[in-house]
Amino acid sequence: MSTATTHEAATENHEVEHHGLSDKQYIVIALILAALTAIEVSTYYVDFGPFFMPTLLILMVIKFVTVVSYFMHLKFDNKIFSYLFYAGLLLAIAVYCGFLATFKFFLKQG
Amino acid sequence: MAESAIAHDHGVSHGAHASSTGLSNNKMGMWMFLGSECLLFGGLISTYMLYRGRVSSGPQPNNIFDIPFTSVSSFILLMSSLTMVLAVSSAQRKDDRNTNLWLTITALLGATFVGGQVYEFTAFYREGLGFTTSLFGSSFYSLTGFHGVHVSVGIIMLMALVGMNRNNRIPGDKAEVVELIGLYWHFVDIIWIIIFTLVYLIPS
Amino acid sequence: MTIIERPSTEVAIAGAVPVGVKPSEALGVFKRPAASSSWRDWVVTVDHKKLGIMYGVAAFVFFLIGGVEALLIRLQLIAPDGKVLNADQYNQMFTMHATTMVFLFVMPMAAAFANYFVPLQIGARDVAFPRINAFGFWCFLFGGLFLNSSWFLGGGADGGWFMYAPNSSTLFSPSHGVDFWTMGLQITGIASLTGAINLIVTILNMRAPGMKMMRMPIFTWMVLVTQFLLLFAIPVITVALFLLTFQRSFDATFFDVASGADPLLWQHLFWIFGHPEVYILILPSFGIVSEVIPVFSKKPLFGYPIVAMSGAAIGFVGWGVWAHHMFASGLGPVSVTVFSMSTMAIAVPTGVKIVNWIMTMWGGKLTFTVPMLFAVGLVTQFTIGGLSGVTHAVAPSDTQQTDTYYIVAHFHYVLFGGAVFGLFAGFYYWWPKMFGRQLSESIGKWNFWLMVIGMNMTFGPMHILGLQGQPRRMFVWTKARAGEGLFNFGFWNRIASIGSFILGVGILLFIINIFYTHKLKKGALASNDPWDARTLEWMTDSPPKEHNFDVIPQINHLDEFFHRKYEQDSATHSVTQVHSADEVMAELNAHPDEHIHMPSRSYWPILLALSLPTIGYGLIYNRMLMAIGVAMVLLTMFGWAMEPATSPDEDFDPPESGDTHTKELVPHG
Repeated sequence: MSTATTHEAATENHEVEHHGLSDKQYIVIALILAALTAIEVSTYYVDFGPFFMPTLLILMVIKFVTVVSYFMHLKFDNKIFSYLFYAGLLLAIAVYCGFLATFKFFLKQG
Repeated sequence: MAESAIAHDHGVSHGAHASSTGLSNNKMGMWMFLGSECLLFGGLISTYMLYRGRVSSGPQPNNIFDIPFTSVSSFILLMSSLTMVLAVSSAQRKDDRNTNLWLTITALLGATFVGGQVYEFTAFYREGLGFTTSLFGSSFYSLTGFHGVHVSVGIIMLMALVGMNRNNRIPGDKAEVVELIGLYWHFVDIIWIIIFTLVYLIPS
Repeated sequence: MTIIERPSTEVAIAGAVPVGVKPSEALGVFKRPAASSSWRDWVVTVDHKKLGIMYGVAAFVFFLIGGVEALLIRLQLIAPDGKVLNADQYNQMFTMHATTMVFLFVMPMAAAFANYFVPLQIGARDVAFPRINAFGFWCFLFGGLFLNSSWFLGGGADGGWFMYAPNSSTLFSPSHGVDFWTMGLQITGIASLTGAINLIVTILNMRAPGMKMMRMPIFTWMVLVTQFLLLFAIPVITVALFLLTFQRSFDATFFDVASGADPLLWQHLFWIFGHPEVYILILPSFGIVSEVIPVFSKKPLFGYPIVAMSGAAIGFVGWGVWAHHMFASGLGPVSVTVFSMSTMAIAVPTGVKIVNWIMTMWGGKLTFTVPMLFAVGLVTQFTIGGLSGVTHAVAPSDTQQTDTYYIVAHFHYVLFGGAVFGLFAGFYYWWPKMFGRQLSESIGKWNFWLMVIGMNMTFGPMHILGLQGQPRRMFVWTKARAGEGLFNFGFWNRIASIGSFILGVGILLFIINIFYTHKLKKGALASNDPWDARTLEWMTDSPPKEHNFDVIPQINHLDEFFHRKYEQDSATHSVTQVHSADEVMAELNAHPDEHIHMPSRSYWPILLALSLPTIGYGLIYNRMLMAIGVAMVLLTMFGWAMEPATSPDEDFDPPESGDTHTKELVPHG
């Protein structure tokens, strides 16, 4: 078995897997992200009342997932990459929320 | 520290058989590194969340943050993700000229962000928030400083990439190398999305 | 057939190096080192087997250092009013003993086996990132040397291996010991993190054709779980170490209680890392005995999928139990209850494994060779340690035991009686494969029994000492406090100290055994399959060639090698041998692969690793040196990035002999 052929085969697979978006679509996503950021910043000027925290947290998650899914291609790529990354992310969230919970952190904030 | 090393090690060329999953070793390594980085920034963010209200001396977070200024620099970093993804897409089209162009713009946007951070740090320092002033100061500078170092490392990698690309000295699959550095760059951006909300926008 | 160490120019242009680059332009800063047989080859090697051996040798040397530290501790406590060490030296001794054993012996020794045997067990020719693999080893070695250099530069760290802050701040620990500790662990942490990424990608991506996940040997499974734990646990300790470094070197306030800091911050961060860490220590040994027990019971592992999945379950639940190290710190009743329950839960998958090992042995044709003895030793002693561990999960009972010798007894039963016995089982089991000679069985049996007696004499009495109230980390005891009767401190401390020296003699016998086997050449030359084993690493030469396998086998079964040697009669279920190991190998190697390309040697891993202790010394002594270190990191990483993993011919030093054809390894077949 020669390396050259496997390498080419691997490259071909590689290109087939790329269902990335077109440049125009990337720009549209960037505009959406910019708009979301504008809403986030507007909370500083406009009083959102009880919706203040939920709005900010939800927008944060949407922006995060959008960048990960589209700009980082996770939505189009092999699921294994998603598992590896989200394993780390969810573990981090779980462990550190547990950690802050032992300090009664969330109660104090409420 | 290992990221650029990972980016340039080529699994394909020494495995005698194609990879079991059909995926690139380098890309899998990079995603695992990013998963691991989540735990790193998670620790720093949690430390900041725990300590941000603990100000025994010096300024409070709410009195010192300049939201309009930080919003602009956050926007710049967010847009650098767009230019990065355009660089990746040019590289996949084997369009070297545009790859280099977008990579350079990304690096410049990143540098603007870091410059803004340096300005912000000096402004805060003048207003009396030193690294050792309070728990808030220590944890704030550690968190944002770590992020700033990550951005700076990204800028160095981008510039090295442009230099190497111009001289045709990138070993291995060029588009993949650009993509891997892109992954790192976007990761730094999404960490800032979290920091911007949790640190700046939500008051303590 | 020729085995080419690197691709010919022709292949290079078609494959690895992009079109348009002439090979000579791919040259980095240095010419690459060519193959040689001198010591220099070990410095620049990227071969996973050589790196595995170097990991093993370095870790064993650190084991001896840590052992001497332990003996000094026991010597101090052998009699009332010990004069061997003063309080300060005693603090350094137990801190460095634990740090050395955990970070510089058990972890890298497991890494040694993982490096050497995972590629062999999955039928790969090397790991996914050979240069990163080399970099990881040098980081570990330099980090370990950096940490131990503190002995000559004002004394070692003295805050315990958990280094609780604020006790480890400059106020309470003014020497540089803790600085060496934080930076040293930071450097070895880089080794673990890069090693984890490398091994996970290797296991996921480089399996032989047909080797599905559920056909992987159980050792490889346990390594996979361990590396995932490392991947996610190391960054947590990295954060903690950075915070402590900032506190000590730059006067940050993280652990400064006067400015409102919470001393539990360090405890949480440390144990979020620290509890996965104990599974990082034990799981590789679980993997080793899960290989050894079936081979010497002549039976397949009982419940293979359950053993694999319970390992993964331990890895997962291991993230939710960290605060059981902190029951006495005033966490509050809810936290204590939650962590108490999760801790009891983790005993379940661990118990499942023990049941599986026993069921594997049940009804088997047992042969008690030395590796089997060590494996059974693990099963027995780990069970004892596990049971005392469950008593800590009960929070009220734990409150009584916290910071007593009972804890010391517990973790030595699981770490020494468990992890270290597993590693010794690995030494004896895999030695013939690694070095081509079998260690003496008779010396090995002495080695085993002295270790068992020594270990139980040392750590068994500590249960009594602990329940009698002898605190941990107490540097001296007095006759007045020793008490009377059967349970007095004096008697049991003396027994423990004598036991520790018996243990020391046992370990010395291992070194004598190596000397006897290799220097005196008394050990029998090993065949390729001396134990009639079941897994792929035995289906190649002893020791394996640089490229591991002439032909990558097609995998159709769990325990592939066994299935090629034996056949089961479908009617009577009796198993008969149909091929000898040599016949299997001859059949496999009848048509060896041509043009096997192995990764090229490189200077960059060791250079990059060298720049890290430079930063460390710079941080402690001179900020200019630190800047030089950072510059070295950037330059070496740039050089590394410019260098292709496999290089064209022009990039090499001419071979030492002047013969231009030595780039080809031995012609074979």
